Amino acid sequence: MIYLGSFLYCGIVCMISQIILDNTNLTPGHVTSLFVVIGGFLDIFGIYDKIVLYCGAGALVPITSFGHLLVHGAMDMAGDIGIMGLTMGAFNLTAAGITVAIFLSFVLALIFKPKH
Amino acid sequence: MNNNEYQEFVKNYTPHENIFKNALLTFILGGIIGVLSELLLEGYSIYLNLPRKESGILVILTLIVISSILTALGVMDLLVSKFKSALLIPITGFAHSMTSASLEYRKEGLVTGIGANIFKLSGTVILYGIVSVYFFGIIRLILGW
Repeated sequence: MIYLGSFLYCGIVCMISQIILDNTNLTPGHVTSLFVVIGGFLDIFGIYDKIVLYCGAGALVPITSFGHLLVHGAMDMAGDIGIMGLTMGAFNLTAAGITVAIFLSFVLALIFKPKH
Repeated sequence: MNNNEYQEFVKNYTPHENIFKNALLTFILGGIIGVLSELLLEGYSIYLNLPRKESGILVILTLIVISSILTALGVMDLLVSKFKSALLIPITGFAHSMTSASLEYRKEGLVTGIGANIFKLSGTVILYGIVSVYFFGIIRLILGW
């Protein structure tokens, strides 16, 4: 059942973005920014947690989950220590992904040459 | 050739993209990526004995590593131009934009090239993520959830 949820959620998010890209002049940058904000918005009412419960990794992989994880980490920390938690907790959950992406792209740029 | 004729001429040579077919292809491919990552998540939590939350982070890391290496090998550019959103919207797109920016600007030096341009394409995601943290976080604190 969770596989069906994964398929549907990830597929529908990708499809909506493809429809936006095909029918408007927006670039992929606009669409990913929009989806991050939507993910953050869905987190404030706890909706995204329910989506993750039913859709599993299919809901963790699209870029909407990036916004969700940022807001979620900040709100967890804010629950513990008050308003300062917003500043201290924002990268708690996404730190692993961003760190690996930065370090790996630096190392790969030293090793490989661009192909075109 | 007057203006109208020219417009007709251009119209004939503009590539016609089948919007419906594109959307369907993206839906199926995005779905397959979702199912594969769920399989990977279950695999990690069974074989490495991790809770679901930690194995979810490992799944994201795995996709980032695969996408960065494919970008460095030049394969990812071909795949992205073919499948567009199915690869740009999952976290693979984030890693792809970062690695391609740093590969592209490597020749301009370590600091002024890679250092200044690594967030050129992916910085927008982080910026609007942080803006929405403050915006939604303050709304939620005021409303008292």
